[in-house]
Amino acid sequence: MSGFAQKHKKLERNVTLLAVAAFVTVAIGGIVEIAPLFWLDNTIEKVEGVRPYTPLELAGRNIYVREGCYSCHSQMIRPFRDEVERYGHYSLAAESMYDHPFQWGSKRTGPDLARVGGRYSDEWHVQHLTDPRSVVPESVMPPYAFLAEKDLKAGDMVQHLTAQRRVGVPYTAEAIAAANEDLMAQADPEAVTTDLVKRYPKAQARDFDGNPDRLTEMDALVAYLQMIGTLVNFEAGEAQEEPR
Amino acid sequence: MDTLLLKAGGWLVVVFFAFIAMVMAADAGFAVHMGIIAIAAGIVLWVTINKADYAAIGRGILKAPEDPGIYDDDPIRWGVIATIFWCIAGLSVGLIIALQLAFPVLNLNSEFTTFGRLRPLHTSAVIFAFGGNALIATSFYVVQRTCRARLAFPGLARFVFWGYQLFIVLAATGYLMGVTQSKEYAEPEWYVDLWLTIVWLCYAAVFIGTIVRRSEPHIYVANWFYLSFILTIAMLHVVNGLSMPVSLLGSKSYSAFAGVQDALTQWWYGHNAVGFFLTAGFLAMMYYFVPKQAERPVYSYRLSIIHFWSLIFLYIWAGPHHLHYTALPDWAQTLGMVFSIVLWMPSWGGMINGLMTLNGAWDKIRTDPIIRMMVLALAFYGMSTFEGPMMSIKAVNSLSHYTDWTIGHVHSGALGWNGMITFAALYYLVPRLWGKERLYSLRMVNWHFWLATLGIVLYAASMWVAGIMQGLMWREYGEDGYLVYAFSEVVSAMWPMYVIRATGGLLYLAGAIVLVYNVWMTIAGKQRVEKSMTETPYDEAADKPIVDQPAIAPAE
Repeated sequence: MSGFAQKHKKLERNVTLLAVAAFVTVAIGGIVEIAPLFWLDNTIEKVEGVRPYTPLELAGRNIYVREGCYSCHSQMIRPFRDEVERYGHYSLAAESMYDHPFQWGSKRTGPDLARVGGRYSDEWHVQHLTDPRSVVPESVMPPYAFLAEKDLKAGDMVQHLTAQRRVGVPYTAEAIAAANEDLMAQADPEAVTTDLVKRYPKAQARDFDGNPDRLTEMDALVAYLQMIGTLVNFEAGEAQEEPR
Repeated sequence: MDTLLLKAGGWLVVVFFAFIAMVMAADAGFAVHMGIIAIAAGIVLWVTINKADYAAIGRGILKAPEDPGIYDDDPIRWGVIATIFWCIAGLSVGLIIALQLAFPVLNLNSEFTTFGRLRPLHTSAVIFAFGGNALIATSFYVVQRTCRARLAFPGLARFVFWGYQLFIVLAATGYLMGVTQSKEYAEPEWYVDLWLTIVWLCYAAVFIGTIVRRSEPHIYVANWFYLSFILTIAMLHVVNGLSMPVSLLGSKSYSAFAGVQDALTQWWYGHNAVGFFLTAGFLAMMYYFVPKQAERPVYSYRLSIIHFWSLIFLYIWAGPHHLHYTALPDWAQTLGMVFSIVLWMPSWGGMINGLMTLNGAWDKIRTDPIIRMMVLALAFYGMSTFEGPMMSIKAVNSLSHYTDWTIGHVHSGALGWNGMITFAALYYLVPRLWGKERLYSLRMVNWHFWLATLGIVLYAASMWVAGIMQGLMWREYGEDGYLVYAFSEVVSAMWPMYVIRATGGLLYLAGAIVLVYNVWMTIAGKQRVEKSMTETPYDEAADKPIVDQPAIAPAE
């Protein structure tokens, strides 16, 4: 028996040694790959326009998460000609910097949603979510009519924003204190929204589900869908290439 | 009596607090889960109190059999039954969601039965419920036999079994109610994650404790794989599950990481759930059951050392290949790709070591359908560990990513490798665990083999075609310089592929139902009267000595 097999006998006679050696072996790769992402510039840089979600958008995002939309929809446009033409500018790391958890997805049974915001009307979204095949006959998406029937459970947004701040989302104390009011103001076409827009630039405030009498889960989800990918203004960017 | 009182009191406290938490819960999902926990603790309380009255059952449920001369096999018998139960459940949900993609009306217009909620139910049921129970049960079986020692901490081993079932029930009911972290294969929420952590540490204690008690000087190779699987899953689960609950009385939490960091942590977890749960753990099964069933020693001891260490070292690096061309930095993507390609070699090391174990026993493929299942499992392991590195090449991935090719790849591994090696191990275990002379029917094993094989072929082939078709249609440009297909046109082109895939799934499920019947009848003690698998030709007329015939005398 060769030398290394003899040496290996030490490990296979001692479970502590074997366990420690195995654990060290499996720990290395993750440390080398993941740890740098927390301080490298291109993964932590800020991009102008990216802001934390408004309370209503966050509530809508939580519904997106709850329903497992990531099973079929990605939110990550790759830098290919066809993807950029089909979906819009490729996704930047900074655009999901406040996404706890990330929703990049791994499968496109349905189209990418990274820039779905503003592409369709609220009415289209409501009808599509209620009965997908009434607007897209080929669609295989499940119907989500129940969202329009369920009142949005919205009284605990202060706790939600507090939890978000604990994991690093820079909500101010003022924004946290006003979370419940901000949520109501964004879904109410009558409300004054100056504070909301000051705190969350580009926040869109209106009745989203076509039923102004009720604040439903449909309101929140459509509010979220209508803002995805709209925060960064790519038109304003100048070409970065140096002339040769 | 004092300890009985203490135990009963403890469980009563659990029931009480779970009930309080249920009443005060912030959301319905959390309330239902606390109710389930209260009921589970109530059942344990009831069993504890009645232990004196049901001494025989109690011995089985609460501690090991008295006779130290036999292995502690009760949790393994339960594990075998749980494995089969969750197998049928997981495959059935898989068939349902496959049909939902072809016939969306099957979403039933209810929030509890949408594809989005059932899909994690399917993945968790097959990976963690079916696969996990198979791993726990076989590891307890193998570690006792290869260490020639009974399970350390028999009470804890029973806790691991029941605690793991509670984890599955909490996770599964959670998905239906929309309680999810939405991180693939790590969907359970924070309190379910905490519970699994406790159960998993106890599992590690029982497993390592048994190795410490071994009577053999060497730790057998299967146990290296089980050990690395248990330790790595603990590491991955704890790190990827880090999250901040919104309320201690509510189900919702926010992941500790965001965006690109969350993405790589998730796929470091996700890929190594494949690498350690579905590969290292099942290789451990292979290293025990293939040599046993073939009655041959493992082909190469040195190969097993080399491929063990290189496999566990390399696998961890491969996660970024799930994030090619995303906002993850390029160097990390390339590193993930390179390690994924190198990983091909140790993966095939395992396959070669398994297949070559059959040296000198290759004829058994013809005569023994259990060996045939093992060989098919290893063949699919080899195929999918070749396909995986190929798909991790960035140029290939640019086409295959986001398509059903990935789904086909996963299922050739899951149905072919994990499923078949588990079925083979179950067929090996059942007669031995229940003290029967043989299986009810070997011919039914053969039927199971062919139903499953045909199912996998339909499944994988349709998804390969579907995935490549999707990828090509999405990027197809016309002569006018515009994209040719709308997304919806690609969706409608998928229909025949979705139907063929569901048919494949149905066949695979049918094979598993044959297994249920076969196992049921075996445990019931029946033996099917059937023709044996091979008939060596026998010609009675030829079965005589040649005797010199006297030449016929010429006529005089």
